[in-house]
Amino acid sequence: MTTTLARPGHVEIRDVSKSYNGVEVLSGVSLTLEPGEVVTILGPSGSGKSTLLRTINHLETVDGGWVAIDGELIGYEHRHGRLYELTERKVLGRRTQVGMVFQGFNLFPHLTALENIVEAPLALKRLNRADARQLALGLLEKVGLGDKAGAYPRQLSGGQQQRVAIARALALQPKVLLFDEPTSALDPELVGEVLDVIRELAGLGTTLVIVTHEIGFAREVSDRVVFIDRGVILEQGTPAEVLGSPRHQRTRDFLGTVL
Amino acid sequence: MTQTQPRADTASASGSAVDFGTLPVVRTRHWIRWILGAVVVFVVAQLVWSLVTNAGYGWPTVARYFFSDAILRGLGMTLSLTVVAGAIGFVVGSVLALMRLSKSPLLNSFAWAFIWFFRSVPLLVQILVWFNLGYLYPTIGLGVPFTTDYFVEAETVTLVSAFAAAVLGLSLNQAAYSAEIIRGGILSVDAGQLEAAAALGIPQHRRITRIILPQAARSIIPNAFNEIIGLLKGTSIISVIALAELFYVSQVIYNRNQQVIPLLLVAVLWYMILTTVLSIAQFYVERYYSRGSARVLPPTPVQKARAWISLQWNRLEDEPKKVDA
Repeated sequence: MTTTLARPGHVEIRDVSKSYNGVEVLSGVSLTLEPGEVVTILGPSGSGKSTLLRTINHLETVDGGWVAIDGELIGYEHRHGRLYELTERKVLGRRTQVGMVFQGFNLFPHLTALENIVEAPLALKRLNRADARQLALGLLEKVGLGDKAGAYPRQLSGGQQQRVAIARALALQPKVLLFDEPTSALDPELVGEVLDVIRELAGLGTTLVIVTHEIGFAREVSDRVVFIDRGVILEQGTPAEVLGSPRHQRTRDFLGTVL
Repeated sequence: MTQTQPRADTASASGSAVDFGTLPVVRTRHWIRWILGAVVVFVVAQLVWSLVTNAGYGWPTVARYFFSDAILRGLGMTLSLTVVAGAIGFVVGSVLALMRLSKSPLLNSFAWAFIWFFRSVPLLVQILVWFNLGYLYPTIGLGVPFTTDYFVEAETVTLVSAFAAAVLGLSLNQAAYSAEIIRGGILSVDAGQLEAAAALGIPQHRRITRIILPQAARSIIPNAFNEIIGLLKGTSIISVIALAELFYVSQVIYNRNQQVIPLLLVAVLWYMILTTVLSIAQFYVERYYSRGSARVLPPTPVQKARAWISLQWNRLEDEPKKVDA
């Protein structure tokens, strides 16, 4: 695959399947994301949408199929007609192309907002301390928390913590950004500030994959909506198609419960 | 009936003539607390009185030996045993803890067996075995594995001195206990932390040192200080192999001059002083690692004392006005 893309961030998921203790969570899922595309994954809980998201940065290994970003396999290397499992170091290297924002924020509680953001660029020796600091302050400014650089996560509200987490994910300038239910752990009045930040990222060239239950938000920002149920992609299309006139009964049922 | 009983909320709501906010408050008297307090004060006073008046304690003898050369040298030995065995114990313990958490069943079982063995054999027995290792292996050397062809060889008795036997016994024992404490601390860190660090591409060793261990430290440290204090006093067990640590030295002295209690007191007081120092260190180390977990750091004793003094001072300044009025 040497389709030299003008813009990076092309994700190809091919025939991915995954089981936990004999229960199949993903069965032969294929999905292609174009660079800069904003894709929302919807589906009932337990449908496999989070698992699918986590296979994209190899937090979850797959039982069958493969995932590639810009033609590079995730977790494996293709040589001499075989797939070699990558060493930890190489997995980490490829992972830095993909940023992730978690439902539970997962900020490092013993580090300040600024330290949380500079940790990865410093650990990977991408930047020196001064440049990393500069970058982090810029990112904090961008997510509207320029005055919270010295605050510890516990001193911040949930919405603020999630915005720091987004800034932390952006620090490595990933080609692809994954959001795993980024607003599900938030109080209703804090959801908006996080969605505002994500909205600003859409259309800036980074491929965004968002697992969410915020249908209104999905309709507004997505280029494409993917509906997953019981480990398979049931339907996908523009927000108007999937959310406006769903073809499957199960999609209609799901939209009926969350709208 | 209920209408005649005025309640605070109804009174203010109905615009009662009495403004309850201006009335003085009479605090509840805690009589039981006062009585129990008096009992405690009595018991403590009795104890202090006996400490002072009972000649058996031999305070002059305590004072004479407290800073004597022999005792200070014994103290030095106790300290070096604690530091060396503690350091080796925690380093080996950390390695064992990581092995226990490793995905390799071989590493995992080895660490499990090590911990099982050294927790099973009494420390006293271990020390005696190390000290008498010469009976089992008269010589120790480097050579071809599984043969008796040695390149270099030495007498076990010269190699394993009393100090070496003490360090071996204490540190291996310590390693087994520390390993479990450290493992417990690591397990207490939320799995999401490792996941977030992995998702950011942070290399494994840095994930452990920078993300996991500082968070694990919060639950490791109180137990670790327990262990170090235990180890400090546990060194007294080394007296069985006649190594001149604090307790052994005081025994030697009282066997000579029959002043049993005063010399035991000398040892006890030194153990108490060292434990106090460690307890103070523990407070500050815990405070350091509580960064981020509390919104406000707990005040240090110095800060507390300052706040208390300034409070009392302010009260004193207020006092004369009340007298005047």
